[in-house]
Amino acid sequence: MPVEVLIKTVFILLVVVGAFAPVVTWIERKQSAVMQDRIGANRADIAGITVLGLLHPLADVLKLLTKEDVVPAGANRVMHLIAPIIAAVPAVIAYAVIPFGGVYVFGADTISLVVADPDWGLLYIFAIGSIAAYGTIIAGWSSNNNWSLLGSLRASAQMISYEVTMGLSVVGVFMVFGTLSLQQMALAQDTTLRLFGFVEWIPGLYLPELLSRVTIPAWGFVYQPLGFVMFLTAIMAENKRPPFDMPEGESEIVAGFHTEYSGMRFGLFYMSEFIEVVVIAGLMATIFLGGWSIPWLSTRDIIDGVGSVFETGFATGLCLILQVVTFLVKVVAMIWVQMLLRWSLPRFRYDQVMDLCWKILLPLSIVNIFVTGGAILYFGAGR
Amino acid sequence: MSLDLALFYVFAVMALVSALGMVLNFRNTVASAMSLVVTMVSLAGIFLLLGAHLVAVIQIMVYGGAIVVLFLFVVMLLNLRRDDFSPGRQRALKAAAVLGGFVVLAEMLRMLPGNLPVAGILPDGYGTYAELGVALYTDYVLLVEMASLLLLGAIVGALILAKRKIQ
Repeated sequence: MPVEVLIKTVFILLVVVGAFAPVVTWIERKQSAVMQDRIGANRADIAGITVLGLLHPLADVLKLLTKEDVVPAGANRVMHLIAPIIAAVPAVIAYAVIPFGGVYVFGADTISLVVADPDWGLLYIFAIGSIAAYGTIIAGWSSNNNWSLLGSLRASAQMISYEVTMGLSVVGVFMVFGTLSLQQMALAQDTTLRLFGFVEWIPGLYLPELLSRVTIPAWGFVYQPLGFVMFLTAIMAENKRPPFDMPEGESEIVAGFHTEYSGMRFGLFYMSEFIEVVVIAGLMATIFLGGWSIPWLSTRDIIDGVGSVFETGFATGLCLILQVVTFLVKVVAMIWVQMLLRWSLPRFRYDQVMDLCWKILLPLSIVNIFVTGGAILYFGAGR
Repeated sequence: MSLDLALFYVFAVMALVSALGMVLNFRNTVASAMSLVVTMVSLAGIFLLLGAHLVAVIQIMVYGGAIVVLFLFVVMLLNLRRDDFSPGRQRALKAAAVLGGFVVLAEMLRMLPGNLPVAGILPDGYGTYAELGVALYTDYVLLVEMASLLLLGAIVGALILAKRKIQ
């Protein structure tokens, strides 16, 4: 249904690009200010009203749009002009496969709140991510500037390396849920696990009634805690933000690959970074934090519970709204975590970034795959 | 004209134009490599239309992503120019390229069938990662392992070559 797809696309664009990404720039300023005991952005105002500095993103965009768009002498003009577009497009289209709500049945219609749900959804994200590297690489190369070239060389090495670990660190999740579709993963997490259920695996022990009632949400994080940490590290390195900002490295190579960019073309790099923060948050929330599912309250519970008092249609609608809000809350939480890491970790040295990838994350992720495989063989597939 | 057919023509034209762009951009190696990326992505689009989803994604991730990024990496590091090669060597390279091109063209013409084969009906689940995984790890497991050994050998070989230069 094209109309349905259009509505979902507009919703995603409004929320992610229109609302979240500009606010993330504000969060970055305000959160860093709080962490460093400053006041932070508070000057931009309309007729004296500053709204906590929330007008700064607007002022930024106005400033960037009105600045001159400089192409340096000796630069490859065409490449220099299209590089920011190559960087921004993958960031915007990645949200197509991330579900922002569950599957709801309204009478004869079934609505799945995801723009596109192919059964290879997560692979689509990886494919998009590998194309995103070109924006950075081409930007650095076409600028006719040695600092830019060094930045783009670093970017290409870093992004290729972390792509490998990013893929391998979520293989454990594929194995547990048995699917690559993000909507299927979220559906599989819409339930609970008995916290002490593992006791029954030990021969001779039995579980007391009281303890067997203690449950935790069956989130990917519970099955794959190591996978969570490794995937977060790898995908943050893919986004090239501090502490992995090797391609920029202000102390060594000026602003790296975007040294020669000005005006809105620089703004596109800047915005794509922040949109990627939102994409990462959505992806982490979906794979490891149960996506749109409300902890301890499955879709069935809500529809049965509310449906026993009101109509089923109303119950389904309420469930839809609650779950979309839950998803957005989880996204905000993951954005907060990323900002926290960005402002508390010192910057890596270039060789440390590479060591972390090839000597720590890669072996660990392979071990994680073997352990997960062994556990699935021993306990049976799934829970 | 159905949507699939229209998309096929879009991707086919993109693939052909960018492939030509890759060959004709011999003065600008980076532009040439970027044309190769466009070729790879449009081929991935054609694979998608054929229902081979995994192959399409692998095409973008491995060929469109990783391999061409490595090409670019080398191109940027070396920054080769035309006059880096002696005129004699340039002539020899050109002759070799023309000869190689003719051999490939002749081979393609030889393999071209008189009329296109009729497309068969695909079985359920064809081209999905599940089917492909089962096939690779049951029927073709020996070949997969042989290929991985080959790659391991290449990695070790590259490491040994690099180490010798450092010491």
